[in-house]
Amino acid sequence: MDIGKRIGSWPLLRQLTGRDLLGRGEAVQSPRSRDLTPRTVDADDVVSSVCPFCAVGCAQKVFVKDGQVTQIEGDPASPISRGRLCPKGSASKQLVTSPSRVTTVRYRRPHATEWEDLDLDTAMDMIADRVIKTRKEFWEWEADGNRTRRTLGIASLGGATLDNEENYLMKKLYTAMGAIQIENQARI
Amino acid sequence: MAEAHPVGFQWVMEAKKRGATVIHVDPRFTRTSAVADVHVPIRAGSDIAFLGALVNHVLSNDLDFREYVVAYTNAANVITESYEDTEDLDGLFSGFDPETGIYDPVTWRYDPPEEMNAEERERAGELEQEERESTAGDHQQSHQAARSESHGSGGAPVSWKGRRDETLQHPRCVFQILKRHFARYTPEMVEEVCGIKPDQFREVAEALTSNSGRDRTTAFCYAVGWAHHSVGAQMIRTASILQLLLGNIGRPGGGIMALRGHASIQGSTDIPTLFNILPGYLPMPHADQHASLDEWVRGDEGKAGFWGNVRSYAVSLLKAYWGDAATADNDFCYDYLPRVTGDHSTYTTVKGMIEGSCKGYFLVGENPAVGSANGKMQRLGMANLDWLVVRDLQMIESATFWKDGPEIETGELVTEDIGTEVFFLPAASHVEKAGSFTQTQRMLQWRDKAVDPPGDCRSELDFYYELGQRIRDKLAGSTDEMDRPLLDLAWDYPAHDGEVDGQAVLREINGTGPDGAALSAYTELKPDGSTSCGCWIYCGVYADEVNQARRRKPHWEQDHVASEWGWVWPANRRILYNRASAAPDGTPWSERKKYVWWDAEQGKWVGSDVPDFVADRAPDHVPEDGAKGPDAIGGQDPFVMQTDGKAWLFAPLGLADGPMPAHYEPPESPVHNPLYGQQNNPARRKLDHPSNPINPSWSEVFPYVFTTYRLTEHHTAGAMSRTLPYLTELQPEPFCEVSPRLAAERGLEHGGWATIVTARTAIEARVLVTERLRSLRLGEQFVEQVGLPYHWGGNGISRGDSANDLVNVTMDPNVYIQDKVGTCDIRPGRRPRGRDLTAYVEDYRRRAGVDMEHPEEGGAE
Ligand code: SF4
Repeated sequence: MDIGKRIGSWPLLRQLTGRDLLGRGEAVQSPRSRDLTPRTVDADDVVSSVCPFCAVGCAQKVFVKDGQVTQIEGDPASPISRGRLCPKGSASKQLVTSPSRVTTVRYRRPHATEWEDLDLDTAMDMIADRVIKTRKEFWEWEADGNRTRRTLGIASLGGATLDNEENYLMKKLYTAMGAIQIENQARI
Repeated sequence: MAEAHPVGFQWVMEAKKRGATVIHVDPRFTRTSAVADVHVPIRAGSDIAFLGALVNHVLSNDLDFREYVVAYTNAANVITESYEDTEDLDGLFSGFDPETGIYDPVTWRYDPPEEMNAEERERAGELEQEERESTAGDHQQSHQAARSESHGSGGAPVSWKGRRDETLQHPRCVFQILKRHFARYTPEMVEEVCGIKPDQFREVAEALTSNSGRDRTTAFCYAVGWAHHSVGAQMIRTASILQLLLGNIGRPGGGIMALRGHASIQGSTDIPTLFNILPGYLPMPHADQHASLDEWVRGDEGKAGFWGNVRSYAVSLLKAYWGDAATADNDFCYDYLPRVTGDHSTYTTVKGMIEGSCKGYFLVGENPAVGSANGKMQRLGMANLDWLVVRDLQMIESATFWKDGPEIETGELVTEDIGTEVFFLPAASHVEKAGSFTQTQRMLQWRDKAVDPPGDCRSELDFYYELGQRIRDKLAGSTDEMDRPLLDLAWDYPAHDGEVDGQAVLREINGTGPDGAALSAYTELKPDGSTSCGCWIYCGVYADEVNQARRRKPHWEQDHVASEWGWVWPANRRILYNRASAAPDGTPWSERKKYVWWDAEQGKWVGSDVPDFVADRAPDHVPEDGAKGPDAIGGQDPFVMQTDGKAWLFAPLGLADGPMPAHYEPPESPVHNPLYGQQNNPARRKLDHPSNPINPSWSEVFPYVFTTYRLTEHHTAGAMSRTLPYLTELQPEPFCEVSPRLAAERGLEHGGWATIVTARTAIEARVLVTERLRSLRLGEQFVEQVGLPYHWGGNGISRGDSANDLVNVTMDPNVYIQDKVGTCDIRPGRRPRGRDLTAYVEDYRRRAGVDMEHPEEGGAE
């Protein structure tokens, strides 16, 4: 950079000679910040979503590039949130990208002191076997002379970030199993 | 609200900008108080006394909206002669059985109409019989097993509209009963119970009443500060009574807003994963009462209002579950439904786990080791399972309790002795699957899928579909009758790229007609098996074969109701019971509060919202004698889900702890109930187990009140916030808030450590000495409160002890939700470690005289 340019780029000089007299805008911008572009600009896709934390239900726009979430922002079109997100909604990208997120199945054998790896297919098969066994073991046709057609051996507790469609399938399957101790954060 | 529902709070600020007065009632001074016009510090758990005094203020100064009250509520109904009030029985209502701790509501009912038809005469005979049996000790238990909750979209069915005295003068009419019942709820009593000064009380009462009436409406917002009590349902009832007396229900700017805490907690109630209800608040069949489909629907069928069509909703659900296998000949597979016999709620189930009667457990996006009351009970239960499946994004405390839970540290549990087989299956995040959430205003909003889930992560939709497939495959060919419901289940969902199509599930929830096309309204449902519908109140969300929940028309292209954003149940109706926004004659109450009104020319209800009424029912319509279901709704009966069309100031049926609210102290309290001899809710549901000892009330060993709450930067049990670097940076450590007076009394140092103890356990936290928590003066007594955010546990980036380990399990008898208020001691310094901790707590129990023979009682009676 030649000396003239360098002096010309001095923020105080730019402030005094330019339009930004208060020195809060272009006068104090470095070349780096001037050239910065938001992550959202070069997204391949912008997907409509909803914040998964509280029940206000703020609308989100999810920016995706190369199959990765690059940014999540509030959607100004929403009559509920008008584009705002609180700290939780603003941090929701890290739900996806969190370094401590677990992405493989973990298995703890009875009485073991450590986790083991297990492939998903085997895990699913083992869980199905356990459901069938426990269901049968605790099956009850009657209680106090009344028909009950149920099993008290299996319980479930769901969070309230489940989708309606997920809750629907859960209750449907559990009911067909005869499992009744099916509960949710909604009671907690 | 500014703390836990920050973005929703922008509307409160908009209202304030336009002149609204914002009143914040909370034990703590928060970000909400900071911008409110008035902050009213209240003792945690004393809200019925405060709200009850507002009711009394309205009644004794004739400030009610009389025309609304007479026409739209049951104020005029005459209650049976055998009813006795808390005024007569020192804090009990009639019908209480001290042995079982259960109320029989038979004496709370409406007097029969003066002129009865044949059906009503028959019913009157039955009721007399019930009353004779009841007084002979054979009490009814009709709304046990959390049956009250099945009225989540309407009241319990009553036998008749009953005798009414619209002058409100009859001594046994609801209006007069209310007046007598609430007479002792005075401003002076409020000071003694809640610690609120009479001047401040009057300021609130004045603001509230002057802002209600024809031209103005007032709204209440609440969250679990009301719900998490052994009298939680009745706290909310008190607000309902107040709002009805002021004419603030069914009108724009009015209502009671339940600020629910999680993205789809409303959805999880509507399409429940709850033990006591099926989709759309249909009750789970009870083994005693519902041996057949006919018996299951009998309570509501044919009664006035939309619940009168219950058979159509029930049969359509059975068709959605069992498809072609469900026929008229087999009662539409009604027998395939398992039956409840009592309380199968989460806390009672956990007790069953400890005792070995429940052996397999699925935790799906839930972390009870931190998020449920009495964490120790939760962990002891999980340690006694055969198998546990945990599905989450992060390695939560409920998945690792066998390795590093607090009981491993104290030696109460030993890893090698724990036989529980644990499967941790990673879950998909909200952007890695498509689906709908139902937010707090009953609005369904669809999310599209943005990216594929990584590794083994899967959505719950895929997990449960796949699990169902595998179980059905393994059982294929079984001739065992117990396997029929699984084998006959309609379990066929289209998949794209190996993932179940959520829209197909939403379409099944919406329902289809005889031609297989999506239905557009629940009024189209039939009782003959020709329609199928997975949740009747959601019928219409897929109208015209369009996913209505996915609508996103920007608000600037719509009016203020914005009815083309998402879809609200029922029928995309934004304000419930909005018929009440017009006067009995169908004209708006005022120009300013115009919302839905009768257009005589067009012969229908019109306005800015979908009218919550039979669209063409004229205001002067009187139903014919013997009319059933929606046909029996009169033109001036806005509460169309109630069998009498009226809002209930007095609940003649449906509540487990009285027809009206009464103030009782929390199960653990330093205060003697000044209102009645009855200290606690007599019908509260206790959980009797040695791991759940209750602190004796009025104990000098546990002299302080504690309550738990959330922080803006964290989310419930922390799995979704303590694991995120951004949020943990904002709020890195657990702490307790105490007043300067309490800090001086116990020698607590700002920024130092404190140990907080109850009969369950002791935890430690950093001390925040702040004026935000006031010392409350109740008569001669000072009450100090310790505030505890409850988000922490042993895992994640930011770690600490769980406040919920301190909380006892004593439940509201209507909904089986725990009381988050308790008593404690607080001392400077860190808590003892290892075995010393159990000895420390044991010493407290001994000194406080906790009766370990009856640990659930607390020695308050
Ligand atoms: S952004 Fe904040 S206020 Fe909005 S839904 Fe999410 S958690 Fe709630």
